[in-house]
Amino acid sequence: MRSNPAEFQFISPGNLAGALDLLHREPGAWQPVAGGTEIMVQYSAGRLRARSLLNLWDIPELKIIDESTDSLRIGGGCTFTQIRDHPGIREHFPLLATAAAWTGGIANQNRATIAGNIVNASPAADSPPALLAYEAELDLISAVGTRRVPYKDFHLGYKKTVLQPNELLLAIHLPKRFCGWFRYIQKTGARNAQAISKVCIACVGKLHANRVEAVNIGIGAVAPTPLRLLRTEKVLLGSSLTPKIISEAVQTLGTEISPIEDIRSSVTYRRQVAANLLEDLLSSFSVWEQEG
Amino acid sequence: MTTDTFSLQINGELRQIEAYPMERLLDVLRERCGLTGTKEGCGEGECGACNVLINGELVNSCLVPIAQAEGAEIVTIEGVAHGEELHPAQKAFLQCGGAQCGMCTPGMIVATAHLLNKYPQPTIEQIREGLNGNLCRCTGYMRIFEAVQKAALLGSAP
Repeated sequence: MRSNPAEFQFISPGNLAGALDLLHREPGAWQPVAGGTEIMVQYSAGRLRARSLLNLWDIPELKIIDESTDSLRIGGGCTFTQIRDHPGIREHFPLLATAAAWTGGIANQNRATIAGNIVNASPAADSPPALLAYEAELDLISAVGTRRVPYKDFHLGYKKTVLQPNELLLAIHLPKRFCGWFRYIQKTGARNAQAISKVCIACVGKLHANRVEAVNIGIGAVAPTPLRLLRTEKVLLGSSLTPKIISEAVQTLGTEISPIEDIRSSVTYRRQVAANLLEDLLSSFSVWEQEG
Repeated sequence: MTTDTFSLQINGELRQIEAYPMERLLDVLRERCGLTGTKEGCGEGECGACNVLINGELVNSCLVPIAQAEGAEIVTIEGVAHGEELHPAQKAFLQCGGAQCGMCTPGMIVATAHLLNKYPQPTIEQIREGLNGNLCRCTGYMRIFEAVQKAALLGSAP
């Protein structure tokens, strides 16, 4: 059943200070809405519980991408179209540009924001594996101040995050130190376009003298939250990517993930595909040669 | 809750619309403006039948509350043609049989117009990506892709 718009309050402060002030005075009372690609789906289906909504779409402070020599800062309100088209992101963080291009169709990319993708906290979201691989940090802002949180510590459990009811995700910081590294991203879904992931994985890494000098692997849709595969990385660090080590890494992956059975896939499928993707990733990594 | 007055330019015409701020742009267009060319398919941003342009950007109008379209320029399927002169996408869909039941066609045409604005001579990959948010349950897409290629040719003709 479609929602009745007469039952909803929708306030547009038009600037960040106004939005934060409202969240500070009545924490938890207001549901923020950015591009609406998640909230409006629930609304259309009559499943949206919140009745008081806060419009973030027209807040200019959230829509800026800044670049310095050693980092890049993406405003939370930036759309996936902005992200996939940005020259600095394409050059330094191509996995994120690719993930943005995989998120929904063009019409959704024109509206969906990166902060929405993160705070909605779906384990199957497209951008988190790349953000985990790139060691993203988040600025969370409230009327009383801003705090910086490593993205890998943001998710606490299924749909639970460290974001407080009076806070907004202001910006995502990415350190520019992965240029020339090995990179890999893959996603499986019901079809190539616009499908929600059954499994998605992203990795950056470096070899030195044929051994793994650095490796960051993010994976989605196989646990209650997007996951950094820290134990699997530990198996790989310092090792040569021999068939034996690859098989050990795949086994460790199996102990790190905890996929569920749902409308999109089964536990068996997700386990098998996650293992296959890691194997494919590591076999590309083993033959990688540093650019330049 | 009470209604507000929103100012939008729809297909070149400035309109003042009385609506609840959470009314979907799709419903405002169809029910308050009588522009029923824009269709509702899935109502959840998957099918593209409700595609319109907001300030030149392709959107699913089922996912846009009217308050987020305040002050914007909207183009619907009714505004794609120039008067009696059809848009190249409309001509090409007619010539190539790019429509059967017609439910997806307004969205397909608006998405094609958006694609050709961005890439006047799109590659087949750009066409497939540009229309990947538009579902058609009749044609099997091949005639639609042919129509988009034809539209690019028509659009570039002097």
